[in-house]
Amino acid sequence: MSLVQYSAPSTLAEALQALAGGAANRPLAGGTDLLVQVKLGLRDPQHIVDLKRIPELTALTLDDNGLRLGAAVPGAIVTTNREIARIYPGFTEALGLIGSSQVQGRCSAGGNLCNASPAADCVPALIVNRATCHIAGLGGERTVAAEDFTTGPGTHCLEDGEILVSLELPRPAPRTADAYLRMIPRTEMDIAIVGAGVALTLDESGVCTDARVAIGAVAPTALLVPGAAAALIGTTLDEDSLRNAGYAASGAAVPITDKRGTADYRRKVVGVLVRRAAAIARSRIEQPT
Amino acid sequence: MMQVRKIHVSTTVNGEPREFLCEPGQVLSDALRNNLEMTGTKEGCTTGDCGACSVLLDDALVCSCLVLAAEAEGRRVATIEGVAQDGRLHPIQQQLLEHAGLQCGICTPGVVVAAKALLEENPDPSEEEVRFWLAGNLCRCTGYDKIILAVLAAASEIRGA
Ligand SMILES: Cc1cc2nc3c(=O)[nH]c(=O)nc-3n(C[C@H](O)[C@H](O)[C@H](O)COP(=O)(O)OP(=O)(O)OC[C@H]3O[C@@H](n4cnc5c(N)ncnc54)[C@H](O)[C@@H]3O)c2cc1C
Ligand code: FES
Ligand code: FES
Repeated sequence: MSLVQYSAPSTLAEALQALAGGAANRPLAGGTDLLVQVKLGLRDPQHIVDLKRIPELTALTLDDNGLRLGAAVPGAIVTTNREIARIYPGFTEALGLIGSSQVQGRCSAGGNLCNASPAADCVPALIVNRATCHIAGLGGERTVAAEDFTTGPGTHCLEDGEILVSLELPRPAPRTADAYLRMIPRTEMDIAIVGAGVALTLDESGVCTDARVAIGAVAPTALLVPGAAAALIGTTLDEDSLRNAGYAASGAAVPITDKRGTADYRRKVVGVLVRRAAAIARSRIEQPT
Repeated sequence: MMQVRKIHVSTTVNGEPREFLCEPGQVLSDALRNNLEMTGTKEGCTTGDCGACSVLLDDALVCSCLVLAAEAEGRRVATIEGVAQDGRLHPIQQQLLEHAGLQCGICTPGVVVAAKALLEENPDPSEEEVRFWLAGNLCRCTGYDKIILAVLAAASEIRGA
């Protein structure tokens, strides 16, 4: 390990200065990916810049505009917030699925995005919630839609030295709900071989007026699947429509075969999970808690 | 290679102010065990999978093998050494003994720290909630049932007390 420096700046400006100068400088949120990768010899940073003392990265606000979540806020802070769980149940579930109680004490939605695993559980849920990623660099600030953040396995749209500051989830329209389901070979503490996020809006008569469907672990990045949403919009979410959305998701998937699941299996299961997640989202609208 | 400068850390461990010097890449479990000679916290995997290294950092349950020691600066750390009070075992510790919930004992400090955090949030958990909460505490010896029974017994003991 060639790690020679640790710093914990208290402002965004200082953190951006500390990160300037190349990829050997590495931001740290909860460390549940980064420190594992350093220990396994997969990454060899020289300078770790801890982002957790920067107010913008650890702030959380929920108001009429929606949720503004600092990129380094740990999972446990989000999942124990009842209002967030009520308004964004699918996103809360997705974040809460990461690791154990101990991992929840540290893992952040921002780190989940920035690690850019194709199987990252938060990402489909962020996409269906139309999350915006707020990014800061020495050159200024910019925003990117969650579906455009990850560019491939382990790669994302940030330039070296840029920081993901926060995630903004707009307040859902009335009669809107989301859901996230994943398939793991074990019952707990495992990485998804398929993930599916769905957000639906229904009118008073039960017709679906808006839908977002995103799938994970079945392509190099999580994918927004407009074809699956189109299969739901304008329907009453009858069995055929749900099944068609599933077929569209299976058709959009480009999975790999590995020791944890075959491509054929993943392609089939992603359709099933999209159908089930849509049914859960619908029941959340019809029987709000 | 650049020269590695040690980092001076001032922190609070189990309510007591403590200071140590660490390497930038040193993790908290290692600093607790080797710099502060508090060897109650165990290391099983060192990659976040087993929970043997569980501690509280500013009240959050974490794997201390995935926390840099330098992160403890100005924060509060609670370890297994702070669980028994005045030589009296915590009900979770006592019930683990009575239920034979430990054999080699490597997982036990992590189980106690994690279970205590659960009961402080949720004094009356269901069996399923206990199992779910402790899913990140691996035990190679007991088969888990006795641990779960001990935690449930401790919960009812604390509620009754
Ligand atoms: C036991 C265990 C179980 C796990 N289970 C799951 C699971 O079920 N599902 C799942 O999706 N993941 C899982 N993970 C992986 C990991 O916990 C998650 O990806 C987590 O969300 C990462 O967040 P973090 O805050 O710990 O990120 P870190 O490890 O701190 O950072 C991750 C990466 O992003 C960079 N980074 C972090 N924050 C920023 C930022 N704000 N701006 C720019 N770059 C940044 C870091 O440099 C690093 O490369 C598991 C990990 C462990 C150890
Ligand atoms: S030693 Fe930290 S989780 Fe195993
Ligand atoms: S008692 Fe040996 S690992 Fe649990």
